[in-house]
Amino acid sequence: MMRSRFDESLTLLNNGLIEMGGLVESAIFQATQALLEQDAAKAREIIAGDTIIDEKEKDIESQCLKLLLHQQPVARDLRQISTALKLITDMERIGDQAADISELCIYLAEQQYIKKLEHIPQMAGETIKMVTWAIDAFVKKDQALAETVIAHDDVVDALYVTVKRDLINLVHEDVKTGEQAFDLLQIAKYYERIGDHAVNIAEWVIFSITGKHKDKQML
Amino acid sequence: MNCFKIRDLNLYYGDFHALKDINMSIDQDKITAFIGPSGCGKSTLIKTLNRMNDLVEDCRITGDVDLFGEDIYGSIDINLLRKRVGMVFQKPNPFPMSVYDNIAFGPRTHGIRSKFQLDQIVEESLHSAAIWDELKDRLHKSALGLSGGQQQRLCIARALAVSPEVLLLDEPTSALDPISTGKIEELLLTLREKYSIIIVTHNMQQATRISDNTAFFLLGEVVEYGSTEGIFSMPRDKRTEDYITGRFG
Repeated sequence: MMRSRFDESLTLLNNGLIEMGGLVESAIFQATQALLEQDAAKAREIIAGDTIIDEKEKDIESQCLKLLLHQQPVARDLRQISTALKLITDMERIGDQAADISELCIYLAEQQYIKKLEHIPQMAGETIKMVTWAIDAFVKKDQALAETVIAHDDVVDALYVTVKRDLINLVHEDVKTGEQAFDLLQIAKYYERIGDHAVNIAEWVIFSITGKHKDKQML
Repeated sequence: MNCFKIRDLNLYYGDFHALKDINMSIDQDKITAFIGPSGCGKSTLIKTLNRMNDLVEDCRITGDVDLFGEDIYGSIDINLLRKRVGMVFQKPNPFPMSVYDNIAFGPRTHGIRSKFQLDQIVEESLHSAAIWDELKDRLHKSALGLSGGQQQRLCIARALAVSPEVLLLDEPTSALDPISTGKIEELLLTLREKYSIIIVTHNMQQATRISDNTAFFLLGEVVEYGSTEGIFSMPRDKRTEDYITGRFG
């Protein structure tokens, strides 16, 4: 086989991306658990665990740079490696957002919630789905699945609007709920941003399959 | 604007069908790279463009090749064709004579005798080939004493001395070190402003660095022809993809 080492390295790269995807999905899930259970200890673990995601990013970055240096890839190899470099930036940001949610969890752990959390956990579930689909789409080179991720962002955006409207109503009724309402809105915004990062990932997945990013021919 | 238009070209060496139904137009003042595995027909095709294959026994050609609208297999003067379409080979082949005489050889053959004019041509050609500064003080020394990279640029200067319209280069850097290769590539990018260039190369990175268009050949056929960026980022044919990514060769 002419390029077995190169193919082996590309498989390793894919495995690394799947692993990093798993880490960020878990971070979002755990952060949501910490929020619902008001578990400050779990929240601290997630913040500490963000370092592992950051290290994974550096590790994959280094693999990509070595492949660019040693293999000077073209065609689908070039698209796959350049896409990997873009994906890890968005995945690292998702990890940061899970840590940011956890920071607020620690602060909220001692307080009684001003309302039962319904739509925020729903946002979490939808964004986890989007991230999982986006990574799957990359690994399976599945353009339709990547397009599903992009379309699904509307669901998360609509949930954000619902959360915001509910919180505004609560503050209208009792101004003393204002401080926690802002924190919860901030958390909802982090989930909404996670959805946007999943969309970014999906857009680069489409590039890796078609050579086009947001319908623009890149080369 | 095209320099060459090739239509329904077939070439046979005896019973061997070396080029099959080639149809392509080569852009003027652009660099076109021909890539493909050994024996795929790319060198045969560039030799067809200045009728070097006429020298090969048993070579039979059908179809049309036009140079700026003129049929090169019609009543064209072959010496004039080779003046208009210069060629540089894989191995530098300076004549065993001085640098000056190497460059002046072509113009003299075409009847230029004035020393003033020849001096001017030699200087201009060496300037164009980006080697004047290195050779201006050794114009009357043997060209065989130059380094491989210098010899190859001298060969390019020699081709330029007869004011060609097209330059054909058959793996011009395959015998050169990376520095000499870099100099030739820079030179070709400069020459592109005035000449149409066709280069055969086995170096994929070289094709991506310097060419505007690329044609991929396989078993005597053009599998894919288009913009270099398109071919190397999103090839349309699986055989092109497999070749350029090293999945077969």
